[in-house]
Amino acid sequence: MSNHAVFILSAYLACLVILGGLTIASLSARNKARRALAERGLERPREQRAKASR
Amino acid sequence: MADLHFLANPARFRRFSQRVMPSLSFATGLALLVGLYFALVQSPPDYQQGETVRIMFVHVPSAWLSMAGYALLAVLGASLLVWRHPLAALVARAAAPVGACFALVCLITGSLWGRPMWGTYWVWDARLTSMLLLFFLYLGHIALSRAYDDPDRGDRAAAILALIGAINLPIIKFSVDWWNTLHQPASVMKLGGPSIHPAILTPLLWMAGSFLLLFILLVLVRTETEIDRRRLEIADQSA
Repeated sequence: MSNHAVFILSAYLACLVILGGLTIASLSARNKARRALAERGLERPREQRAKASR
Repeated sequence: MADLHFLANPARFRRFSQRVMPSLSFATGLALLVGLYFALVQSPPDYQQGETVRIMFVHVPSAWLSMAGYALLAVLGASLLVWRHPLAALVARAAAPVGACFALVCLITGSLWGRPMWGTYWVWDARLTSMLLLFFLYLGHIALSRAYDDPDRGDRAAAILALIGAINLPIIKFSVDWWNTLHQPASVMKLGGPSIHPAILTPLLWMAGSFLLLFILLVLVRTETEIDRRRLEIADQSA
């Protein structure tokens, strides 16, 4: 990739770190929130819980 | 429009999101693989930029999505302030960090392209400066929405910032036409169609498509998280 390879690879690496990091952070935050809901017995939406309790 | 109103209910939105998530994740992964193959392997070097044109395949889609993301924040802000749309604040909270990350990718990759092509990482030219301002507007939105103990007040303040900041979007788009800038003028989204060779345009559009899918996927995941967090807050308050 010529003598500009360092700039090209750095750009793709920066992209991977920022977007990959955001993806990992988003998924772990969602799992954490789901676990917290499950601990309180709120893991299902309200309508389903209401149906199940009838 | 009826579908959008249907999704206004957070519980319904959550069910919709969970239904589309597996196929959307698969499509995003596949599109990224194809896009990267075109961008790094298949595409030829540009006759002027040489191999550094490959940076454009991540830089340009990031710029488009960061602007589209802010336009989305402005629409959500209007929905929240005018119609008090129940989901608008949650989606805005979810979308702001995603848009900020795309703006950051755009700034960093642009800077890495600028060094070999312009001989400098940064110039205070109108396009670059207005893009940097967009990144700061995103940071302001994120900070404002979390600055109050009452989340509703934070969401309203952030919505006002989103609406005011939307003035920056046409400035970014037309800065290269209004001022004499180092940044090149539009070559894809312009009257008369793109002026780029198909060999370069194909990977650019593939990467743009895959980044768009990634943007949607991330916003869905984060919106689900925001809905769950709001449910936890309500549960904690009523306990």
